Amino acid sequence: MRLLAALALLVSLALPAGVLAGVEKPVIVPAQGGKCIAPPEVMRREHPDMLKHQRTITVHEGVVNAKVSLEKCVACHASKATGSVAASPQDFCESCHAYAGVKLDCFECHASRPGETK
Amino acid sequence: MSDRRAFLGKAAALGAVAVAPGLFLFEPARAKGVTSKVRWGMLVDTTRCAEGCDACVAACDKENGLSGRTGPDDSQWIRKVDLRSKATGRTLSLPVMCQHCAEPPCVDVCPTGASFKRADGIVLVDRHVCIGCRYCMMACPYKARSFVHRPLHDQKPDVPRGQGCVESCTLCVQRVDRGEQPACVEACSASGRKALFFGDLKDPSSAVSRRMREAGAKQIRADLQLDTGVRYQGI
Repeated sequence: MRLLAALALLVSLALPAGVLAGVEKPVIVPAQGGKCIAPPEVMRREHPDMLKHQRTITVHEGVVNAKVSLEKCVACHASKATGSVAASPQDFCESCHAYAGVKLDCFECHASRPGETK
Repeated sequence: MSDRRAFLGKAAALGAVAVAPGLFLFEPARAKGVTSKVRWGMLVDTTRCAEGCDACVAACDKENGLSGRTGPDDSQWIRKVDLRSKATGRTLSLPVMCQHCAEPPCVDVCPTGASFKRADGIVLVDRHVCIGCRYCMMACPYKARSFVHRPLHDQKPDVPRGQGCVESCTLCVQRVDRGEQPACVEACSASGRKALFFGDLKDPSSAVSRRMREAGAKQIRADLQLDTGVRYQGI
């Protein structure tokens, strides 16, 4: 009996509080613009492939103003608080990437704030 | 059939006419992508370029979000070079940037395919693919490329740049794709010197081709046979 109690205590101590309480869900701030180019479930799963496919076409073939565009993502999803998609942990891209544990490196080069529209 | 051919010929001729400086009648790349029917190039009239004037450099820095510093670690996409002949004392001042070679050595040496030439002749770096090895910097005879040594912040939305990649003059590809002229050309024109001309080298009636034909234009290090897209008058 004593052994069991000791084991139970050990297990409860070893588990971090976060796991018991559940991981915090990402903050999804509604976008500013109109409709997205695809439904949310498609965007969630496929946006990396879409962007990766498009970047080659844009850079090498000079196709701009395509349907898929990181600049347009940023234009709609930049938060009102920071004006960016990745400046604070609550911003659209950053919050989801932190939740999924995927490194977000687009904005090391690309602007995370919308520019003036041309 | 012959009517159609004649019409197409006229349409093609019309398509490339420069209406006014900075305004072109051909369709900018935008949705369809670039074609090899045009080759973008530039002519520098060194007789009009003045020592001490750096309007082109300042415009480039502003357009592309460069710091404007000129240390060994800083990016410089365009430099002003002043020359003086020891024999005759003749002085020359000219901007030097990526020469947008038809046979670019930077593309030859790139191990990943990051350094490439677009169909319209603009030589670029695909930063998604660049691993920062800097072979291209060594291969370039014009010292045109820079390496980004430190993290950058607040880049321009049109001009993504970042640490660990090589970069150079893009002929302001973002402006060219909108149908505009490179920032340096616009600034030079606004300064009143009008030493820089931009246009389609494949179109014999473009302002840049006409000037090259009439006034003559030389390549820097023509002996390397790189067929540069940037050419100089009066050197």
